[in-house]
Amino acid sequence: MNDNTATTLSPDDDRQPIVRLDRVNKHFGDLHVMQDIDLSVVPGEVVVIIGASGSGKSTLIRCVNGLEPFQSGRIEVDGKTLLPNGASGQSLRAVRTEVGMVFQQFNLFPHLSIRDNVTLAPRKVRGWSRQQANATAERLLQRVGIADQADKYPSQLSGGQQQRVALARALAMEPRLMLFDEPTSALDPEMIGEVLDAMRELAKDGMTMMIVTHEMGFAREVADRVVFVHGGQIIEQGPPNQLFDHPRHERTQSFLSRVLKH
Amino acid sequence: MELNFQFDWQAAIASLPYLLKGLPYTLLISFGGLAIGFVIGLVFGLMRIAPSRWLRLPAVFYIEVFRGTPVLVQVLFIFYGLPTVLGGPINALTAGIAAIALNAGAYISEIVRGGVQSIERGQREAGLSLGLSSTQTFQYIVWPQALRRMIPALGNQGIVSIKDTSLFSVIGVGELVRQGQVYIANTFTALEVYFMIALLYLVITLSLSMALSLLERKGLVG
Repeated sequence: MNDNTATTLSPDDDRQPIVRLDRVNKHFGDLHVMQDIDLSVVPGEVVVIIGASGSGKSTLIRCVNGLEPFQSGRIEVDGKTLLPNGASGQSLRAVRTEVGMVFQQFNLFPHLSIRDNVTLAPRKVRGWSRQQANATAERLLQRVGIADQADKYPSQLSGGQQQRVALARALAMEPRLMLFDEPTSALDPEMIGEVLDAMRELAKDGMTMMIVTHEMGFAREVADRVVFVHGGQIIEQGPPNQLFDHPRHERTQSFLSRVLKH
Repeated sequence: MELNFQFDWQAAIASLPYLLKGLPYTLLISFGGLAIGFVIGLVFGLMRIAPSRWLRLPAVFYIEVFRGTPVLVQVLFIFYGLPTVLGGPINALTAGIAAIALNAGAYISEIVRGGVQSIERGQREAGLSLGLSSTQTFQYIVWPQALRRMIPALGNQGIVSIKDTSLFSVIGVGELVRQGQVYIANTFTALEVYFMIALLYLVITLSLSMALSLLERKGLVG
């Protein structure tokens, strides 16, 4: 199996990918932050992207829902195509409607109650009634363990609670794919577990997920596939036990030896 | 040094009914001008941060011109200068309202720009990532937060503009100062009358301050 072009877990996996990056390139000025990235994700798959800060891993998943423009290549998400240089047109919003995202800094809306944070998009984008949206919000908040806080405001919750609300907010749109951009990096250590638990649950329910994280133990446990990114390139990818225990590439080895040591 | 004057409270109070006739004009020019100025400020403030330079450049031009020239010169230009161009006189009240609107509009544009730019980029990204359009993201997420942050600066601008209307006595609008001047010409009670005028301005500006701080406190939850 060629590490750079492997697109599915195994040769006999013939599911149609829900995400396909095809020779995607992105520059920040002189910096080539994504170099000919090819990556596919099939429905139900949990892909964890690891790499040093500045390696381009966050940029990669931010391209998938069009928060970052790219300069060449193409990205297909759930049958819609994102094009280079912001030429995606209508498909950009269509993709974002089907793809949820959880951010490092939570990015809850501070002027809205927890309930309104969760119901805003389903009401305005999906056209749900307030009643229907509220019922969904209640169910989702219960699922992430914050049902009794719906009338509070984000600043009244702990970081871990806020991130779980952010998860519920994204799930309220009934996404086909979830993106996580370092979801636990801004949390106090004692709150990391509760967010990872909620994500674990989601993975168990079959959600397709792309996760950028530094939590290697979590990656090993939930990932179907781990992708190691360095210098804007996918260096190596494979099932977690293969990548963590028998990394083939020298750069992967040196990265892992640094992050797994302590 | 011996202070040799008497403050005549009776004269001060006697001037009040006459001065109060000017109050509606002061209020109308202030709040009429500020209301229009807010709309101007919203439009030009957003143009100022638009991606297209063809929107940005006119906004920059307008803001620099009206922020960089005195409001007194602006109202004189409108009242005495523009009729030459328009071929007919301009009502002094209209000129006053227009001057406040254009002047405050320039400052409010910058307040709007600052307010909108102060909202963290992640707020917009979160809105967009949920499938909201750019307009919806602005309307439901960015603007309500920006507006809340703008309140203190808007309050300042309101107070400045209210006080600026006192300059418009020069074009003969019967606002507070103009009324006072006419009254003093007959009674020679400058000390008392100007004291009363200052007091009336304070009443207006303090009411505005209090209303805004109430709004700020009631609105602040997040």
